[in-house]
Amino acid sequence: MTAPLFDRLREQLSPVEAGPEDQPSAASPVLCRGVQHKVLVFELTPDQLLPVARRLHDEFGFDLFLDVTAVDWPDAPLRFEVVWHFYSTTAHVRVRLKTRVSVQDCTVDTLTPLYGSAGYMERECHDMYGIGFRGNPDLRPILLYEGFVGHPLRKDYPKQKEQPLVPYRPPQSALVR
Amino acid sequence: MYGKRLPILDAAGNGPAAGTAVEGHTKHATFEYLTTRKDELVGWARKFSLFPYPFVTACCAMEFMAVSASNYDTDRFGAALPRFSPRQADLLMVVGTVTQKQAPILLKVYEQMCEPKWVMAFGVCASTGGFYQNYASLPGIDRIIPVDIYVPGCPPRPEMVIDGIMRLQEKIANSRHPIINERF
Repeated sequence: MTAPLFDRLREQLSPVEAGPEDQPSAASPVLCRGVQHKVLVFELTPDQLLPVARRLHDEFGFDLFLDVTAVDWPDAPLRFEVVWHFYSTTAHVRVRLKTRVSVQDCTVDTLTPLYGSAGYMERECHDMYGIGFRGNPDLRPILLYEGFVGHPLRKDYPKQKEQPLVPYRPPQSALVR
Repeated sequence: MYGKRLPILDAAGNGPAAGTAVEGHTKHATFEYLTTRKDELVGWARKFSLFPYPFVTACCAMEFMAVSASNYDTDRFGAALPRFSPRQADLLMVVGTVTQKQAPILLKVYEQMCEPKWVMAFGVCASTGGFYQNYASLPGIDRIIPVDIYVPGCPPRPEMVIDGIMRLQEKIANSRHPIINERF
């Protein structure tokens, strides 16, 4: 089952047919990856994010911003895959956008001018993966605390590393208070 | 027990009027006083007046509600009435996962409680961190505050909590209560 909206999106956003090995490039910046788990997936270059999201918001009625998160591929040259999800409350369908950024320059554009709720999720993504959101003025920690060093959901963050706010007591027998 | 039959006097110092004493209602001095140790007396009083402060952070709260409600009823052990100010409580029940971000708050709550105070780690997360071993969660609240009784389980059964309360009462009853000094 594919919604008619998906066909319109496919032909308007990504006119060229892409093979599974193709990556988004300057020549074809938006590639359609088909419908996966009832979600239409596009891969695009980081500079295409804002225009595509604006068209989704203004022309196609995707009025609900669901999430932005990231995936860490530690061995890939463009290490982070940033993923956005949008929902249309009139057509009841979802769209996913993906883009790749490198660890040296892991910055993408903010979507807060289009969706106010993106602010919180961009703060969380900044906490957990260290992705910068160009144009978001408020990237304070939201789930972590001030003084936390590093980004805990990156694959190179040591699994058991703790950064306590209160100094630990020395270990004691349970029989001694 | 030591005792002897004492005359029962009224406020004016008169003995019972002849014929007014009802058979079976005469007092015997054996049961008019008893002796005990001060620590035992104070411990006995304290163990039946635990005022818990529920520091509830996670899913163990459901089990805490079950154990406080009428089916299991911690009121039978004198530990039913939750005080929502740490200054009025003497049993800190830490119910659920405590994160590193939450740790300063827990420490502040503990420090606000007046002596005497006891701490129960309710559930495996509060006891040891449980299955969390990562950047976010505190590996057991005993890393920051002293704990008197650990109730593991995910979540613990109400019977386990009641057993924990009874063991804590035993501990209170058998411990020294140094607030009672030579000036009592």
